[in-house]
Amino acid sequence: MTGNATSSAWSSHEGAAALAAPALAEKRRAFDWRILLGLFLPVVIALLWEAAVAFGLAQGRLVPPPSRIFAALWALAETGELWTHAWMTLWRVLVGFVIGAVAGIVLGALSGSNRTIRQVLDPTLQALRAIPSIAWVPLFILWLGIFEASKVALIAVGVFFPVYLGIAGAILSVDRKLVEVGHVFRLSRVQLARRILLPAVLPEAVIALRSGLGLGFMFVVAAEFMGASEGLGYLLVDGQQMGKPDQILAAIIAFALLGKSADSLLVAATRPLVRWQDTVRERL
Amino acid sequence: MLSLEHLSKTYADGTRALSDINLSVREAEIVALIGGSGCGKTTLLRLIAGLDRASAGQIRLDNEVLSGPHPAVGIVFQEPRLLPWLSVSDNIAFGLNGVSAAEKKARVEHALDKIGLAEHAGRWPRDLSGGQQQRVSIARAFVTNPKVLLLDEPFSALDAFTRASLHEHLLGLWEETRPTVVLVTHDVQEAVTLADRAVVMQPKPGRIFDELPLTLSRPRDKTGLPFETSVRRVLTALDHSLKAPQQQPQRERDRQAAALWW
Repeated sequence: MTGNATSSAWSSHEGAAALAAPALAEKRRAFDWRILLGLFLPVVIALLWEAAVAFGLAQGRLVPPPSRIFAALWALAETGELWTHAWMTLWRVLVGFVIGAVAGIVLGALSGSNRTIRQVLDPTLQALRAIPSIAWVPLFILWLGIFEASKVALIAVGVFFPVYLGIAGAILSVDRKLVEVGHVFRLSRVQLARRILLPAVLPEAVIALRSGLGLGFMFVVAAEFMGASEGLGYLLVDGQQMGKPDQILAAIIAFALLGKSADSLLVAATRPLVRWQDTVRERL
Repeated sequence: MLSLEHLSKTYADGTRALSDINLSVREAEIVALIGGSGCGKTTLLRLIAGLDRASAGQIRLDNEVLSGPHPAVGIVFQEPRLLPWLSVSDNIAFGLNGVSAAEKKARVEHALDKIGLAEHAGRWPRDLSGGQQQRVSIARAFVTNPKVLLLDEPFSALDAFTRASLHEHLLGLWEETRPTVVLVTHDVQEAVTLADRAVVMQPKPGRIFDELPLTLSRPRDKTGLPFETSVRRVLTALDHSLKAPQQQPQRERDRQAAALWW
């Protein structure tokens, strides 16, 4: 396409300027279409299933067609039930995430910047990390009761480890050459941390927080499975017990939307901090 | 005056990187350290910069013993080492601590003018070419007005044209404050273009083999015969340093002097 534009531009001088701008715009639009290709497969499958159920080839009782899922979602939204459940889930993730992330950042920073602390702290934390977080559930229920505290604790544990590992690893992998620049200009330890270490670890810290948030959403489902009367996880359990697969799928869609928007929000909030990066990650 | 006295560096694994280095550099003199790879040129520079500690001997700057990074000593590394999260002008201002904001701004603007990157002040380092980045790195070192400036093969990764223009930028900045410069290089042309004196080093362990004064007038004409002669002299010395690793000219000369005395 671009090749055509340039070759015709060569043929007429006045055409060159006029062609340059549309060629660029066209290129951008062509790229957008490529992104839409990703939608092709799920949309076709959904339409086929919808048609199969509509023509009576399948019952759609256990695997409801898209129309029924959206109807269920709509009904939940209309009664306001969806928002109470979504808000409850979001609140739990948020509290758990903040606790886990703060603990992960503090301990990760300590362990990354001081060798003695690392040698004392890291083996224990690595051992604890080897325990599947869900295994803590019975203990948390015994310790913290069956209400919010035990759920938030589980989410916090899930968020803590990726954040801790990411921050400690990021500090350990800061380029020695840049640290030397700080030494040459005789920065104090605090200045070195603020002016070189902190900005250098930010990109990896953002990634660590994002994977922590992802795990937070994973563990909120587990936490809500273990007994909740509100939350999207409760909708899942309720759908199973009442035999409403459309409600289960509606709750899954709500989870996906909630998780994705929380992640996008985190990325948008931290983008100004890592704008300087010379990588291709902007596209991800 | 910068003087190195009986400076030695032995690494923890027993490698002797430098052995008994004695060198004094006058104020405003440009000295080029030249030699094959592994002869401890960079180690020597890191010792002066205070980034490594000497095993023996001491470094003095105007009768003050240097132990660690000193505000009057600046260094330009082989790579630009700019901080990627700071704009070009913030990178240049990085070492200007304890200076008023107005003074800082003025100095950075002046440095930007000098290196010809005034219109790039607000850009990220990633947007600059390698040569432009190295110019910023040189400006960052000059802007604090160091008494001693150390250059560790700062032009080795650049092509010949960029290198020549950077030599001019460097001399332009040097003219202003005339700091003492110690330049590490493996490029004989570069040494003869910039330096007042070439110090030829020898490997295993790193030591000084010979010193050659380069007394050509500035600006130097790179096509002239005197330039060619100087280049040839340095090359010859370099050749000897590599061919006769055991021979130490200083001792040899002492022996000859002793023979004459008889």
